[in-house]
Amino acid sequence: MQFGIFTVGDVTTDPTNNSTPSEYERIKAILTIAQKAEEVGLDVFALGEHHNPPFVPSSPTTMLGYLAAKTENIILSTATTLITTNDPVKIAEDYAMLQHVADGRVDLMMGRGNTGPVYPWFGKDIREGIPLAIENYALLHRLWREEFVNWQGKFRTPLQGFQSTPRPLDGVAPFVWHGSIRSPEIAEQAAYYGDGFFAKNIFWPKEHYMKLINYYRQRFEHYGHGTADQAIVGLGGQAFMAKNSQDAVKQFRPYFDNAPVYGHGPTLEDFTEQTPLTVGSPQQVIDRYASMRESFGDYQRQLFLMDHAGLPLKTVLEQLDILGEEVVPVLRKEFAKNRPAHVPDGPTHAALVAKARAAEAEQSIGFGGTSINVPLDSAAVN
Amino acid sequence: MTTRSLVVVSAGLSQPSSTRLLADRLTTSTVERLDGFGVETTIEVIELRDLGHDIVNNLVTGFPSPKLSAAIESLTAADGLIAVTPIFTTSYSGLFKSFIDVLDPSALTDLPVLIGATGGTERHSLALDYSMRPLFTYLHAVVVPTSVYAASSDWGTGADGGTGALPDRMSRAAGELAALVRDSDRSSRVIDPFALPAGFSPVGGYGAQ
Repeated sequence: MQFGIFTVGDVTTDPTNNSTPSEYERIKAILTIAQKAEEVGLDVFALGEHHNPPFVPSSPTTMLGYLAAKTENIILSTATTLITTNDPVKIAEDYAMLQHVADGRVDLMMGRGNTGPVYPWFGKDIREGIPLAIENYALLHRLWREEFVNWQGKFRTPLQGFQSTPRPLDGVAPFVWHGSIRSPEIAEQAAYYGDGFFAKNIFWPKEHYMKLINYYRQRFEHYGHGTADQAIVGLGGQAFMAKNSQDAVKQFRPYFDNAPVYGHGPTLEDFTEQTPLTVGSPQQVIDRYASMRESFGDYQRQLFLMDHAGLPLKTVLEQLDILGEEVVPVLRKEFAKNRPAHVPDGPTHAALVAKARAAEAEQSIGFGGTSINVPLDSAAVN
Repeated sequence: MTTRSLVVVSAGLSQPSSTRLLADRLTTSTVERLDGFGVETTIEVIELRDLGHDIVNNLVTGFPSPKLSAAIESLTAADGLIAVTPIFTTSYSGLFKSFIDVLDPSALTDLPVLIGATGGTERHSLALDYSMRPLFTYLHAVVVPTSVYAASSDWGTGADGGTGALPDRMSRAAGELAALVRDSDRSSRVIDPFALPAGFSPVGGYGAQ
């Protein structure tokens, strides 16, 4: 089980003192937060991608490349990489490059993006969002697994004899999660390739995400990647903590009331009851998130949103201290209890390489020991 | 005995409201007609006033509260709808439209609907035909030909007031709705929320590969 944080990278005015960080300050703050995540023992830092204010991370691999040099262990991921408006060829190159730079500590999460104007700004049409996501990812999947690709589709120019460079580190593509909030097509594609499925699980009731994850688990089994409870599931979450829960509520309320997305809407009390947002003591956060496996089954990755709505850097770093020191160690123990042995751990590059080598060895035995460099398919990777 | 589900949406704001009064009269009349067909009717009344905050919260957050979600589910699986709104500033009320706006665009497909409205004067009666009716047509609901507008003065007319009188219009509209509700199978339909579009392929369609 992996624990980490994800950020959307919003530049939001702090409602308690009306100050707004500059883009420079916010970008530097995000980089500081990511390094803090490693320092407090988290496993994953995931960065959003946006091409419209008030969000700053338009160039995720630049920031993640910097973090690759500044960190040792943490997995650098995305939340999400826009598979609709980015060219899949460039994604293949950028993230294979990052994989080398970061010694394999890279995976990524595909998402469509729901901001209408961003599509035409990149020459695309939001009404074709799902076909774009499906076709682009199918191409990306091949670019990382086949040396030379001949390809023709609807949404980009055809490719003849194209070799994406650099090749993935150790011949093993970065692990991919597919994020979706309502589309069975995306869950279906994730299951088809045996990739991970991530439900952001914030802002909406968890019951909504439970249905989609169940569907993904069933389809994962259908496509022969393992049993439904071996499907690779990630969840988002959101928390704000203080030693006494009343202090947490008091401190977080102005940020909640003015937050992008849900601010000026429901009360903090209604929203924390109806969605996984938990505002209270560390123990309340532990209780809430330890119970997630009862709703979603044993899963592989839990990411928390900790730094949005104008929370100052100092507060976010304090929150990460609490998360890393008081919450995650307990959650690790809770999630380990009665976890069946056949349920996979969170994906790492080392594990994927080992699995790929084992699959190759099996195949070369099957072919009389003559085969090397067997192309990996998704079933072999997962 | 056959059972059909009838949902009544009333957007009146005062309590008691003439909008609710009209909705109740239309409901009684429709249920009597269905009784005559040997159809038992379950009735659920959705008072939008009680859901006002939930509707606005849904507009802001994108998801319904449990209370609003239950109302939307009932409406989505109904065999018939009686929708009554006050006419405000030439059209349905903002609360009524906001409720419609949080529904899935396909939620009312094939739904038999009787539309009604209330207002201070008869002069706004055409609002039913230039705003309410196109709204439901856009959503692929089946709107019965007779719509019922009740101005304040209509509450003082009797059944002998000719074909234009309120009781006669209510009766005719209820008859039209009841016939469609009787034949509806919407409440017994099973909808797969994960149905994939025809021709979907996880490796991309459109001649890829």
